[in-house]
Amino acid sequence: MSKEKFITLQSTAVPLAVENIDTDQIIPARFLKATTREGFGENLFRDWRYDGDGKPKAEFVLNKSTFSGKILVAGKNFGCGSSREHAAWALYDFGFRVVISSFFADIFKNNALNNALLPIQVSDAFLKKIFAAIEVNPSTFIEVNLENQFIKLPDGAKESFDINPYKKACMINGHDDIDYLLSLNDEIREFDLTQ
Amino acid sequence: MSKPKTLFDKIWDAHVVKQKEGYPDVLFIDRHFIHEVTSPQAFDGLRKKNIPVFNTKRTTATADHNVPTKDQHLPIKEALSRHQVETLRKNCAEFGIELYDLGHPFQGIVHIIGPELGLTLPGMTIVCGDSHTSTHGAFGNIAFGIGTSEVEQVLATQCVLQYKPKTMRIEVNGKLGHGVVAKDIILYIISKISASGATGYFVEYAGSAIENLSMEARMTICNMSIEMGARGGLIAPDETTFNYIRGRKFAPQGEAFEQHVEQWKKLKTDEGAVYDKVLTYDAADIAPMITYGTNPGMGIRVTDRIPTENELKEINEKTSFSKSLEYMGLEPGSQLLGKSVDFVFIGSCTNARIEDLRLVASIVKGKKKSPNVEVWVVPGSKQVEEQARKEGLDKIFEEAGFELRGPGCSACLGMNEDKIPAGKYCISTSNRNFEGRQGPKSRTFLASPLSAAAAAITGKVTDVRELLADGS
Ligand code: SF4
Repeated sequence: MSKEKFITLQSTAVPLAVENIDTDQIIPARFLKATTREGFGENLFRDWRYDGDGKPKAEFVLNKSTFSGKILVAGKNFGCGSSREHAAWALYDFGFRVVISSFFADIFKNNALNNALLPIQVSDAFLKKIFAAIEVNPSTFIEVNLENQFIKLPDGAKESFDINPYKKACMINGHDDIDYLLSLNDEIREFDLTQ
Repeated sequence: MSKPKTLFDKIWDAHVVKQKEGYPDVLFIDRHFIHEVTSPQAFDGLRKKNIPVFNTKRTTATADHNVPTKDQHLPIKEALSRHQVETLRKNCAEFGIELYDLGHPFQGIVHIIGPELGLTLPGMTIVCGDSHTSTHGAFGNIAFGIGTSEVEQVLATQCVLQYKPKTMRIEVNGKLGHGVVAKDIILYIISKISASGATGYFVEYAGSAIENLSMEARMTICNMSIEMGARGGLIAPDETTFNYIRGRKFAPQGEAFEQHVEQWKKLKTDEGAVYDKVLTYDAADIAPMITYGTNPGMGIRVTDRIPTENELKEINEKTSFSKSLEYMGLEPGSQLLGKSVDFVFIGSCTNARIEDLRLVASIVKGKKKSPNVEVWVVPGSKQVEEQARKEGLDKIFEEAGFELRGPGCSACLGMNEDKIPAGKYCISTSNRNFEGRQGPKSRTFLASPLSAAAAAITGKVTDVRELLADGS
């Protein structure tokens, strides 16, 4: 499956200043029963977004008309917990293309990269700066440049981020890991025989 | 002489099919486990690309996350759960994969059945679309959780693309106190290094306190490696490991087994090998542990107070801390000891093996549960359930007023009917206390099977050592 290509993005952002957001919050287990990849956005942050009767909670950021955009900005250790790729699907399905945090859990990061969702790790200080900027002005446009690996605020504040060159190429070209692996079929077959 | 290597590096290096500048390693996977929740989209991918499973013998399936724990012989009532299990059946039949379905004598939680069937062996690479795959590392292998895209990759190519993580050694030395068990060791370690303290690392556990543990206790430790952010954890295999594997259904038998043991004995970190990080703890400092918050790093000795905001190390964590305590309905600085609980859940891939049930029975025998608690004992597999009945543990539980159910993940994540109601407190032997993990608005205290059993008897958070001192 080839995916959407990602090169640059300019968007407003949604702030979620909570640390250790685990994948059970991103998409609770009881919504993992679908057998396709689509439709998970509806239940993104389900228990923070809706009360027990399914009514939207006014105070939750995704329910506020003030904030919107393709970028989610979240506290440290985003995506910890379960390996469910549904968390990445839900964020993507909802419309996010980038998640910014000062730290990501390993499996989540991998899952996001496999699904055209770009996780960007910034310093604690820069994360604070982004939160402050959005807080003051919710229509702040954040520039994400994957090609040159930087992220920039309208006031010129800029920070570069790391991404593995292979993953970067996959994101930019919309390629999947599986394409590369399938091309190695014969070598793997031989290896299997020696095991 | 070549450079000394860690056990992790030895196993990793032996499984790299291809290394290419700028690319992640192509890692060959010996054993792949699948279940109903994270596999359907992977099979769909194969179908769309029109490719078969690379080597059907290396994948084993079971139904565990969604299954009811009562009346397992009847069709699953909940439509979506039933659909997911039926999809697994259909996919396994179509692609030729062995499935231990509901009702099969080998069915159970994926991380419990692998070791018990002898599918999990030293020196292997093992993956599953499930973060607690780290459990298998107790046998001295590299086992880690993957996402569904990677499940598809393994089905299609028997490989995943991985960057080699950093290595960490965690040593626990000395003798454990009375009433302190493996679960307390791991909850203690996580409370020290936090829920993200091992992110980017693969952990090797070592030291005399670890070496003295049984295989099942070692699995409890490795199981929760992911709760501190590690990809996985492993323990070098030894006689305890070999004795556990000997004679298991799919393990090598007879002469072949002895030959394997000779190979497995080499699976040790070389003298002088360098880890990226080393931590050392003293077993004597560990007491029965309990968590008070909504991540597994928020743990204390059962006799300690919940910290206050000022006592927290990181300013950053303060917002999460108060949010977390509010969710739990607890006051900073207060004691958990004596707090009443509503539910006791004994189950999950962390603590639902036969030794765990024996531990529970040892406390409960001849006693009754407190009238204000409901107690669910959910064995990790059909084989564990059978064994418990054979040993008469079911009678002990029944007399105590506990409910022994059928195997599955159950209230560990509440995907089936087994949910803790909103606002209720559950002392649980599982591995995650996240908001809503055991059901919307449920409140979880993670603890050992001994501590959970003690709470079942008294109806409140209890220092199990007091019950043990009673001479029981
Ligand atoms: S018992 Fe819990 S942690 Fe273990 S595999 Fe099942 S849901 Fe995951």
